Amino acid sequence: MNPNTVKESDLHAYVDGALPAPEREAIARLLAELPGEAKRVRDYQEQKQAINHLYGATLDEPIPDRLRAMATPPHLPDSTASAALPHGHPGRLPSWSLQRIAAGILIAILGGAAGWMAHGQYPSAERIAAAVPLPRQAAIAHAVYSPDVRRPVEVSGEQEEQLVTWLSKRIGTPVKPPKLGKLGYELVGGRLLPGNIGPVAQFMYQDGTGQRLTLFVSTENTANQETAFRFAQEGPVNVFYWIDGKFGYALSATIDKGELARLATAVYEQIEGK
Amino acid sequence: MDSRSILAEIPRLRRYARALLGDRAAADDLVQDTLERAWSRIDQWRVGSDLRAWLFGIMHNLRVDQLRRPPPPTRPVEEGDCDLPTRPTQTDGLELKDLESALNQLPDEQREVVLLVALEDMAYADIAAMLGIPAGTVMSRLARGRERLRQIMAGLAETPASRLRVVR
Repeated sequence: MNPNTVKESDLHAYVDGALPAPEREAIARLLAELPGEAKRVRDYQEQKQAINHLYGATLDEPIPDRLRAMATPPHLPDSTASAALPHGHPGRLPSWSLQRIAAGILIAILGGAAGWMAHGQYPSAERIAAAVPLPRQAAIAHAVYSPDVRRPVEVSGEQEEQLVTWLSKRIGTPVKPPKLGKLGYELVGGRLLPGNIGPVAQFMYQDGTGQRLTLFVSTENTANQETAFRFAQEGPVNVFYWIDGKFGYALSATIDKGELARLATAVYEQIEGK
Repeated sequence: MDSRSILAEIPRLRRYARALLGDRAAADDLVQDTLERAWSRIDQWRVGSDLRAWLFGIMHNLRVDQLRRPPPPTRPVEEGDCDLPTRPTQTDGLELKDLESALNQLPDEQREVVLLVALEDMAYADIAAMLGIPAGTVMSRLARGRERLRQIMAGLAETPASRLRVVR
C-alpha cells in the first residue's frame, strides 16, 4: 500500500467499523498524517450519525394498524387483517396455503403420535381434562334411558345373576346392584354404556309410582381419590356422586334433593360396607 | 417465519422506506406492499436465513418494479382543495432538513446503499447479495453517494458534481 494514500474502500470500511483491528489501526496511523482524508472520514461519520438522527424516531412510532395486520398471514379469518387489506384476493387460495395445510396435518399427526406415546407414561392426565365429568355422564345416561317405557334396560332385574356376571365381566371388576327395596325402589335391570375410555354400567330402579332412579358405576377414575358426597344438577336431573379409588358412583333421579340424598346414603352404605 | 418476527421487522422497514422515499404515506404503502408480497412468496423463505435481509430484498425489488412502471395517472390537487396531512416539521433542525433534501438529490441507487449502511449497518457483502450487484459496485455507490452528500451539505455541490459525473 502506498504509504501516502488510503484506499477508498478501506476508508469507508474504516468509517463503518468494518475492518479488523490491525487494519483499523494502520488506517488510523495513516489518517494522522493525511488531514484531508481525516476530515473526510469525520464528515462521513457525522453524515452517518445525522442520517440515523434524522430517521431514528421512525423506529419508535407506533406501527399503523394496516401494517400491523400484515404481520399475520393474509388468508387467516382475522377480521382486522382482512379489513386492513385494501386489495385482498377473495376466493383465491394462495399457493403457500397448501403447504400450510400440509404442515397443519403433519402437526396433527405428530401431536396424535405424541399423545399416543404419552398415554402409557401419563395415564389419562390429558384425557381427564377432555373427559365428560362423572355427574354429567350419569345425568345424560339417566335422561336418555329412564323415560324409555319398553326397553329401559338391556338385562332385566329378574335375571339379576346374569346381569351381575355380565356387567362385572365387561367392566373388568365385580359390581353388584345395591338393594333398595326397603326404600321403595326395586331393580329394573341394567345396561352397559360407553364411558370416557371404556365400558361403564348403569343400574335402574323404579318405585311404585314409576319414578325411576339410576346408579351409574364407572371404573375410570384416576384423578382424585376423594370419597366425599357431591351434588350436581343437570337440568331436571339431580345427581349425587362420590368417588372411591378407581370407582365413581352417581345416583340420578328427577326427585328432590333431600329424598335423593337419603337414597344415596343407603346406596353408599351398601356398596362401601360390603 | 411467524407473525411476531415479522412484526419486529416492521419499524426498520418503515424507517428505511421513509428515508428512501422521503414521504411517510408512500413509505408505509411500500412496506405494506412488501409484506403482502412476502406472504405471497412465503414458500421462497428459507427457515434460518436472515428475515430482515429477505424483507429488505423484497422491498428493493418492489421499488425497482415501481420505478420501471410509468407513474399512475394523477390529477394535480389544487391548493386548498383539501387539507393534506403533512409531517410536522417545526422541530426539525435546519441542518437535518438540508440533509433530507440532500439525500433526495442523490441518485436512487446511491441513496439506497448510503441508507442501508447508515441505518441498518448492513455489511457490504450482504448489501451486494440483497441487491444482486457485485461488492465493488456497492462500494463505489457508497463512496459516490457519501461524497456527493458531503459536497451538497458543504454547499459545494455544483462544481464537484460535474467532476463526479466524469468519473462515472
